[in-house]
Amino acid sequence: MKKEIIISGFGGQGVLSMGKILAYSGLMEDKEVTWMPSYGPEQRGGTANCTVIVSDERISSPILSRYDIAIVLNQPSLDRFMPLVKPGGILIYDSYGIVNKPSRNDIKVYKIDAMDKAAEMKNAKVFNMIVLGGLLKVCPVVSTDGLKKALRKTLPERHHEMIPLNMEAVQVGMDLIQEV
Amino acid sequence: MKMENKEVTLLKGNEAIAYAAIRCGADAFFGYPITPQSEIIETLSLLKPWETTGMVVVQAESEVASINMVHGGAGAGKRVFTTSSSPGVALMQEGISFMAGSEIPGVVVNVQRGGPGLGTIQPSQSDYFQATRGGGNGDYYVIVLAPNSVQEMADFVDLAFTLAFRYRNPAMILSDGVIGQMMEKVVLPEQKPRRTEEQIRKECPWATIGRTKDREPNILTSLELKPEIMEARNIHLQEKYATIREKEVRYETLNCEDADYLIVAFGSAARIAEKSMEIARSKGEKVGLFRPITLWPFPERQLREMAKGKKGILVAEINAGQMVEDVRLAINGAVPVEHFGRLGGIVPDPQEIVEALETKVMKK
Repeated sequence: MKKEIIISGFGGQGVLSMGKILAYSGLMEDKEVTWMPSYGPEQRGGTANCTVIVSDERISSPILSRYDIAIVLNQPSLDRFMPLVKPGGILIYDSYGIVNKPSRNDIKVYKIDAMDKAAEMKNAKVFNMIVLGGLLKVCPVVSTDGLKKALRKTLPERHHEMIPLNMEAVQVGMDLIQEV
Repeated sequence: MKMENKEVTLLKGNEAIAYAAIRCGADAFFGYPITPQSEIIETLSLLKPWETTGMVVVQAESEVASINMVHGGAGAGKRVFTTSSSPGVALMQEGISFMAGSEIPGVVVNVQRGGPGLGTIQPSQSDYFQATRGGGNGDYYVIVLAPNSVQEMADFVDLAFTLAFRYRNPAMILSDGVIGQMMEKVVLPEQKPRRTEEQIRKECPWATIGRTKDREPNILTSLELKPEIMEARNIHLQEKYATIREKEVRYETLNCEDADYLIVAFGSAARIAEKSMEIARSKGEKVGLFRPITLWPFPERQLREMAKGKKGILVAEINAGQMVEDVRLAINGAVPVEHFGRLGGIVPDPQEIVEALETKVMKK
């Protein structure tokens, strides 16, 4: 198994940390992982992306031209990365602010309205965990068990009380995602 | 997380440098923040090694100050290093030349970004010439190691110190923004104690660490006004470089034996090119990857041997064509050598390198 994933959205949405949690989850399951961020002068409101590769075998390039899975959380990201999904691959998008909807029919397209859901839950911070839950539903790159271990490892101990809330958001995402 | 009694963790390349330096018993770090390598000094500040191993961490007022602090610390036989990115390393060249001339063994890490000048903060490999041709004034070389993974970022810190002290010569880890910023699994080295003063006295009899009664004062200088003596010193340096060329070449080969074509690449470009090799092989093309790990000394003879009977070579770099010159010198016309590179902070993707291989080398 080898999954090449791009996660892209606005800076401040938790794009980079979502990728990091995914990479850590892979580590917890003894897989090979790489996490490569864009590190330009991005800040809140700008665009940010990261490439995450989770594999059972040695990983060559951390930088890719085609992806198995693209998670796009704003229009510029959708426009940029939709053409780069491999035929038969997966595109996951949040329809918030999306004017031009995904147009390819040789890939599986999933919608997850995590932005609205996070607002409904009155907790914008769990947005990225909802999206991550959606990903794990349609393609279990890592297990929820691995994810829980990763949160334990990455969050400082004083924030461990937040783990149940985050895992709840993952479940919400699993229920929320739908094929388009 | 435990694996084979070794701790496996996920770190950025920059963070790995900081962890590895502390663990390999470094005595001091002097540096000035610059993107894309500021995580090194940030991580050192977070880990506070001065409270554990006693390692000193100083944010100097500039890169020029940093390298001269390295000059002083290493002159006392200490394991001392500095880290920066391209424009900062340009500022350090005078200090590095002085260290080479005085035979002082410091370590410099360059996490390259695009140039010239202040350039960009995005990754590049355009300091290859500067790193492998000395970089400052005079006839000298710096031992240059090019890591292509976070693991090698960690492993090469101790190796760079070892080589620097073995040959009393500056050593450089030439990385870039890709390897510095990416996170990967890494097994950190075991914690080694810092050397004691007695050990330093024994291992570095040249160190300016306080004269004992039984010997003359040690003087470390690159200045000598009598040309006869200066020429003798230069000849000594050249003999040392010949030994390093003979003994310290490091490289890696992947699928080279049966290959019709070779890609030659170092550092992050070698990781990208490895994927290009996989893509080309999946199309039925026999492509291998030759990766110089020491850029100086360059694996000249080894590459020449490996290239025998091949149909063509593509040198893939994130620059306008620098290592390709060393490849052409090594191959000496025996096999066609072409270059592909992206500039100004654009990192090539694996597909682009495959296309360059097909159009420039395979002539499809």
